[in-house]
Amino acid sequence: MMQFMLLFSRQGKLRLQKWYVPLSDKEKKKITRELVQTVLARKPKMCSFLEWRDLKIVYKRYASLYFCCAIEDQDNELITLEIIHRYVELLDKYFGSVCELDIIFNFEKAYFILDEFLLGGEVQETSKKNVLKAIEQADLLQEDSKPRSARLQNCMKS
Amino acid sequence: MALKMVKGSIDRMFDKNLQDLVRGIRNHKEDEAKYISQCIDEIKQELKQDNIAVKANAVCKLTYLQMLGYDISWAAFNIIEVMSASKFTFKRIGYLAASQCFHEGTDVIMLTTNQIRKDLSSPSQYDTGVALTGLSCFVTPDLARDLANDIMTLMSHTKPYIRKKAVLIMYKVFLKYPESLRPAFPRLKEKLEDPDPGVQSAAVNVICELARRNPKNYLSLAPLFFKLMTSSTNNWVLIKIIKLFGALTPLEPRLGKKLIEPLTNLIHSTSAMSLLYECVNTVIAVLISLSSGMPNHSASIQLCVQKLRILIEDSDQNLKYLGLLAMSKILRTHPKSVQAHKDLVLQCLDDKDESIRLRALDLLYGMVSKKNLMEIVKKLMTHVDKAEGTTYRDELLTKIIDICSQSNYQHITNFEWYISILVELTRLEGTRHGHLIAAQMLDVAIRVKAIRRFAVAQMSALLDSAHLVASSPQRSGICEVLYAAAWICGEFSEHLQEPQQTLEAMLRPKVTTLPGHIQAVYVQNVVKLYAAILQQKEQAADVSAAQEVTQLLVERLPQFVQSADLEVQERASCILQLVKHVQKLQAKDVPVAEEVSALFAGELNPVAPKAQKKVPVPEGLDLDAWINEPLSDSESEDEKPKAMFQDEEQRHTKPRAPEADEQELARRREARRQEQANNPFYIKSSPSPQKRYQDAPGVEHIPVVQIDLSVPLKVPGMPLSDQYVKLEEERRHRQRLEKDKRKKKKRERERRGTRRHSSLHTESDEDIAPAQRVDIVTEEMPENALPSDEDDKDPNDPYRALDIDLDKPLADSEKLPVQKHRNAETSKSPEKEDVPLVEKKSKKPKKKEKKHKEKEREKKKKVEKKPSKHKKKKHKKDKEERPKDKRKSKKVLPTDEEAAEPVENGTLDEEHGVPSGSPAPLTLGPALQTYDVQGSLQKDSQVTVSVVLENQSDSFLKSMELNVLDSLNARLARPEGSSVHDGVPVPFQLPPGISNEAQFVFTIQSIVMAQKLKGTLSFIAKNDEGSTHEKLDFKLHFTCTSYLVTTPCYSDAFAKLLESGDLNMSSIKVDGISMSFHNLLAKICFHHRFSVVERVDSCASMYSRSIQGHHVCLLVKKGEKSVSVDGKCSDPTLLSNLLEEMKETLATC
Repeated sequence: MMQFMLLFSRQGKLRLQKWYVPLSDKEKKKITRELVQTVLARKPKMCSFLEWRDLKIVYKRYASLYFCCAIEDQDNELITLEIIHRYVELLDKYFGSVCELDIIFNFEKAYFILDEFLLGGEVQETSKKNVLKAIEQADLLQEDSKPRSARLQNCMKS
Repeated sequence: MALKMVKGSIDRMFDKNLQDLVRGIRNHKEDEAKYISQCIDEIKQELKQDNIAVKANAVCKLTYLQMLGYDISWAAFNIIEVMSASKFTFKRIGYLAASQCFHEGTDVIMLTTNQIRKDLSSPSQYDTGVALTGLSCFVTPDLARDLANDIMTLMSHTKPYIRKKAVLIMYKVFLKYPESLRPAFPRLKEKLEDPDPGVQSAAVNVICELARRNPKNYLSLAPLFFKLMTSSTNNWVLIKIIKLFGALTPLEPRLGKKLIEPLTNLIHSTSAMSLLYECVNTVIAVLISLSSGMPNHSASIQLCVQKLRILIEDSDQNLKYLGLLAMSKILRTHPKSVQAHKDLVLQCLDDKDESIRLRALDLLYGMVSKKNLMEIVKKLMTHVDKAEGTTYRDELLTKIIDICSQSNYQHITNFEWYISILVELTRLEGTRHGHLIAAQMLDVAIRVKAIRRFAVAQMSALLDSAHLVASSPQRSGICEVLYAAAWICGEFSEHLQEPQQTLEAMLRPKVTTLPGHIQAVYVQNVVKLYAAILQQKEQAADVSAAQEVTQLLVERLPQFVQSADLEVQERASCILQLVKHVQKLQAKDVPVAEEVSALFAGELNPVAPKAQKKVPVPEGLDLDAWINEPLSDSESEDEKPKAMFQDEEQRHTKPRAPEADEQELARRREARRQEQANNPFYIKSSPSPQKRYQDAPGVEHIPVVQIDLSVPLKVPGMPLSDQYVKLEEERRHRQRLEKDKRKKKKRERERRGTRRHSSLHTESDEDIAPAQRVDIVTEEMPENALPSDEDDKDPNDPYRALDIDLDKPLADSEKLPVQKHRNAETSKSPEKEDVPLVEKKSKKPKKKEKKHKEKEREKKKKVEKKPSKHKKKKHKKDKEERPKDKRKSKKVLPTDEEAAEPVENGTLDEEHGVPSGSPAPLTLGPALQTYDVQGSLQKDSQVTVSVVLENQSDSFLKSMELNVLDSLNARLARPEGSSVHDGVPVPFQLPPGISNEAQFVFTIQSIVMAQKLKGTLSFIAKNDEGSTHEKLDFKLHFTCTSYLVTTPCYSDAFAKLLESGDLNMSSIKVDGISMSFHNLLAKICFHHRFSVVERVDSCASMYSRSIQGHHVCLLVKKGEKSVSVDGKCSDPTLLSNLLEEMKETLATC
């Protein structure tokens, strides 16, 4: 089971954090700091896995963002990479060629998408289409949800 | 354009939306912290507003700030408010914030129960979805218990979207509330065959997680999973199932055999690397569990190894890494198959990726042989030189030592070579592993007699260049080797070519900068050297040279006497005096060499220190009984030896795998013993336990002694045990390549003794004895092993609680707590009382939002719940029950003397009792009812009380009637035409185990006083044996608070109200308040139905209104540890009663 997922930038700025195990804020911060450091210190050619405490860390870099997951000893590293990739694809589909700014300015959407894809550290929907459908329908319920153009403007302005 | 403008103004209305905040933070890179603290202040203002949209926006911004690392726990209550918004837009934000920042320690979390329950049953699947998602992040044991039944119901929801979420979240519920596993499991199992693939996959995920922790309970599902595995084409699901089988096969080898074929088929056919990798891993697990008994599995191993080779050769670093990882698993059981790929592994040592090199190193460990050891170590040494970064270099160093020393130096053919390697390693900059090298040096020098001359020469050279070793502070780790060097030179000084030179080297002033424990060894061994030199000189009749040496010591030793280290100081002063005495004797021309040497006479042999303790106690022997005094002394001395390198020992213990079986334990013990055996101090302090035993009078009677004697046992037993040990060793070697290096040394010792170094025969003879003793003990281990077995099972392990037999049929008692209302079980725990409050609280915001709906909602609100007790108990001890109730409600609210005081609001207090006088209930336990009381307010003078009736008995309940004794002030609204003595019929019947809710309206004349009504519920209980007429007494309690209606008030209106001057004033003060002001206000708000008008620092004004239109204004001030409440109200009695009630609430804060 996945323990947590972190997204952070090359500068070490946290962009998203999702914890599937209950931890105190202090512990979360400590883990985050430690992992961000460790992962950023790794050279680009290194493999995407590392052993950390009694967990395995699987990370992958997409453009300026690092996606980093912690899984348990018996979990499958390759499928975790697959999960990361699937999540990136979902973000990409939703935002239309996603960039880091999309995630910064619409961080709550990034969470909503993640929540439709994973639940409690397990994959809940393996079909991309279904995830996006669920998100879109939920968005429709948000009466005052802003048109996508507004988001794009934000992106451009910053 | 116009749209844009409108949008802009909307945005401005929200002060600052998330985008503005993010942009602002980005534009204030220099003073980010200041900017954010400003924003937080603004957010705090926004949270005070009543507009839910503004609140949601504020919470959304907070969630962003939380990600940046700011604490937002103070806003937990506001988050709950937003969660309970009716609009999905806001609800979604609220749940997101909650899932990000709530955890078990969040105190307001208990307030969410009813809101979540409501959302779970919402008609909109997205409301339900968002609640489930949020819950998965912050579910607590209480929430799990209270909501388990609701979630279980959702597992059969019509929409797959909800079903899959509910199934997944059940896993979290199981973890927090293990009792739910058995009742929920049948449904979970059902979901394995759900028509929707998403739901099916979710069920597989959950069962897979459960089964991994406690596989034996899930063996019965194997056929079902086998079917799924062969039919499913979804790789995500397949991987989980295959992983599950990996956990099941060790328990059921037949399953393994069945699996091999489909798995190898998958390996051949799949193109997905993740699936291939999972299959290979499971095949390995299967083969390990089958390790014997399956004749033709070598083909499968070959297939795996071959596939792994492809992975390792792949240019993708990830595959390479995983390939090596899996390879090392095969290595444990099938080393030969892996050894064939040595070339590939060596190649990986050159990989640019450190993690891959480390994996390759692990593999190498298992691949060395006598033939290739030197070659491989040479290669590693060149890597040591090249390596950048101390971590990797240290890793290499330990690996070199591990590889060489494994299986007790099994692969070393030339010990001179090994000593040189160790000496070379001391040149390593900044390693932490000086003690490891030192331990190896000592071990080899002590145990390999033939190498001593060479070792001593190397060590004296090392001592001579000690300044290099210990020069820079960053090399401090390596100076540990000087410890070994000094000891070896001293102990085996007869092999020294130039003892005098070494002596001088050891007495250099620089030595005093070394750590104390090393200096102490220096001092001690200086004397050994000195003794050797004296002997030499006296034999050569070189008196002046002998005196010179003495003089040197007398001059140099004082530097150690001044040492701050107690051990050094003590030894040095003792030895200094000794030397001075020798000097006096020398001045008189008395030969002293003999006597000084006598101090260190005798050969030291490594002895397993606790060996004798391990000997089984013969039956009928009481070791605690006194035989005579000396025996007990020698026993206690055994405790003394301590490991020389503390760190090392710790290091050793940490990485231990949790599954300690017998062997593992034996190994650990041996390792510890081994360490102690290598400890020169130990050997010195108790030179030979056997001897002592022999000497002890009367000990011969004890059979133990015979076993301990090395000679009788060893000589006949030797060849056999040797073979046995060899087999054993190989087996272990495979299993635990990495962690057991130390223990193996001992084994090797035995082997070397007989097979290899025949010159060492005397030494190894001595060695074997302890080793054999150890073996005897190993057989005894199970008993000793028990405690540490338990250690392995962490009592806090959340998965342990889920070790539940799922095949047993469900008992009635196991049913999940019934969803909406307490049942007998739940009622036992006080927290439950809190739950109803929650609902109230969570609704409050809504009320504010939409005043007009207020009343309607109120009606629905559950006021308080009075859990019922088991009838039997009640019946017997009606009186005792009341106090209990009281206690319960006290937690939440002030209690009245008489009865449990419900929550502030219209409250019904019931005493649950079964009619006395009917013995039947006692024995048969028929009509158990849970009353869940709900009260609510309505209209000017009416209060609605909702009562939840639950039938906990086996009987069918019908003709229920509720009646109360009307007071002047409060009357039950009865159907027209009925008298005050008639009850109000309950409009339903209750089959066993069913609950339902009934509402009763009361008319209240005056609301200024709290009041209690006594009532009775009568009913007919019908069961197989007939029908009985029974009744149940209860009390209803209406507090003044229950007549209040939360009404928002704006500060200007509030000010006007106060100015009007037609309000009466009264105040209370409560001391000993520890709760934060914020929580305090929250508490007043929903326990007493006030709303905050304005809050400034630790002062707040609050407002509420009674159903009859009384204004109630409060000014709450928080002092250091106290809180004072000044109230103004149009009715003084109401006010004082309200304040009294409030006082009791506050007293619990």
